Amino acid sequence: MTAWILAIAIWLVGWYLNHRLANAALSDSRAYALLIPLVFGVTLILIWEVLVTMLDVSAVILPPPSMIADRFAGSLPLLWADFEQTILKGAMTGYLIGALAAFGVAILADRSPFLTKGILPVGAFMAALPIVGTAPIFVKWLGSDWQSKAAVVGVMVFFPILVNTVAGLRDTTAMQRDLMRTYGAGYWPTLFKLRLPAAMPFIFNGLKIATTLALIGAIVAEFFGSPTLGMGFRISTSVGQLAMDMVWAEIIVAAIAGSFFYGLMALVEKRVTFWHPSQR
Amino acid sequence: MNRILPALTIVVLIVGFWALAVIPMNAHLTADQAQRDGIVVTPEAPAARQEVSGLVLAIKNPQIIPLTYVQTRPRLPSPHQVVAELWETTVEKRITSKRSLVYHGWVTLSATLLGFAIGTTLGILLAVGIVYNRTMDKSVMPWAITSQTIPILALAPMVIVMLGSIGIQGLLPKAIISAYLSFFPVVVGMVKGLRSPDSMQLDLLRTYNASGNQGFWKLRLPSSIPYLFASLKIGISASLVGAIVGELPTGARAGFGARMLVGDQYGQPLVTWAALFAAAITAAALVAILSLIERQTLRSMGMKAA
Repeated sequence: MTAWILAIAIWLVGWYLNHRLANAALSDSRAYALLIPLVFGVTLILIWEVLVTMLDVSAVILPPPSMIADRFAGSLPLLWADFEQTILKGAMTGYLIGALAAFGVAILADRSPFLTKGILPVGAFMAALPIVGTAPIFVKWLGSDWQSKAAVVGVMVFFPILVNTVAGLRDTTAMQRDLMRTYGAGYWPTLFKLRLPAAMPFIFNGLKIATTLALIGAIVAEFFGSPTLGMGFRISTSVGQLAMDMVWAEIIVAAIAGSFFYGLMALVEKRVTFWHPSQR
Repeated sequence: MNRILPALTIVVLIVGFWALAVIPMNAHLTADQAQRDGIVVTPEAPAARQEVSGLVLAIKNPQIIPLTYVQTRPRLPSPHQVVAELWETTVEKRITSKRSLVYHGWVTLSATLLGFAIGTTLGILLAVGIVYNRTMDKSVMPWAITSQTIPILALAPMVIVMLGSIGIQGLLPKAIISAYLSFFPVVVGMVKGLRSPDSMQLDLLRTYNASGNQGFWKLRLPSSIPYLFASLKIGISASLVGAIVGELPTGARAGFGARMLVGDQYGQPLVTWAALFAAAITAAALVAILSLIERQTLRSMGMKAA
């Protein structure tokens, strides 16, 4: 009973604080925009901690945040090794291969309006399919090390990037293209000086969607077979050993990696498409 | 019509590439098999065959090329094998059979639909809360956006075990994963949609002396519908992926995910491929149904389908 009262009290304090912050005069400033969700997050974690420890919830069901933090801090080398195997080797390699292949196909198909017209619906259709399911097939073909994960990731990120690149390359007006013609620019100068820059907002949209897909592909593919290392491997074995604190620690790593990767892409986008209305 | 022909061309190109890839992918396997059956294969020593690539092997032994398409345990099944397996396990098997893909499909689909319904309902409710409550907007919205950059699917095995240990098994854990995956796209899309009326339109309602309630039902909700459908289409395919992945780590006995795992573990690639294609067809059908409803709804509301 006291646990619930305490939890509700924490909730009310957190809510009151945020209510004041959100309706304060400066609430649209950057600092407030960071502070408010932070207070909300801390409130949730405190309630989680209080309820789990005071109600004696078994750590097999839900470990308290303090225990997860402990485990996280205590197994940094292991987590780093998993991160290196899954994210740096599997996800990053696959992401690069998939993105380059998508650009390549988009540019090759670009000369034929007939092909681009076909790629758009088929690519959008493929992007909606559960491609993660190809993981067991790739593991069988390429072995259980990171190469098979990179292949799954490559296929998963290929279609969203392809569709966005093709759509982006079509995003110039006849007026703009005519202007390039009057400058005497041929196909390639027009592509590099007008159409590719104009396609960048679309391309980055695809690249940003693909960041999450890359991590999902690399982690889920490890459920089908992996060396004794990697985030997906650690998650599935820790679940088997009922070591939920380790699972949560891996999920924290995945969350940090995912946000960082996405943030990196958003940052590059800001640099590249500084001219676009959405960035000004 | 002018979109169907190009799309068909691309599909034919992909299937053609697949059909050609079957030859080098299965060449080694087929050569070994052919030698055991007494067909002369060059190079003759199995070890020497491992040295050359599948393509070279197929060119040197044109007699084995037809055989690459009829292996029972191929590395890459040919398109017609997958179609045949699909046909056999959907149409020819009784749907009560443990080998029927219709049966397995229903197991996955029911979890998907239940989860999708839960996730969508909660997502819409939260979006309404976010739009009408400034505190909620400032506190929750950043997390909803950040959560889209996080591989939530990694949580799936834990959710299953966690719920299993408190006695919840079967349909519900998978549905919860599905709900979780379709929840955030709906929240983000719906918030965007409910905010899409511009100040001119909101002002017009003020001049009509419309109440907040009327503003919601007559302006905000209708204008959010196109955004809602866009999110629903993302959400339903995410839900299906969630249900399939939810079946993987726990050794589920039924469902598309279980079929893929069975095919993988018992060396029956055709089972895996058939389950994969059945899942793809299901995803496509779900998205197509939503598109149809979208077109009908928007037309009856006097809006143009996007």
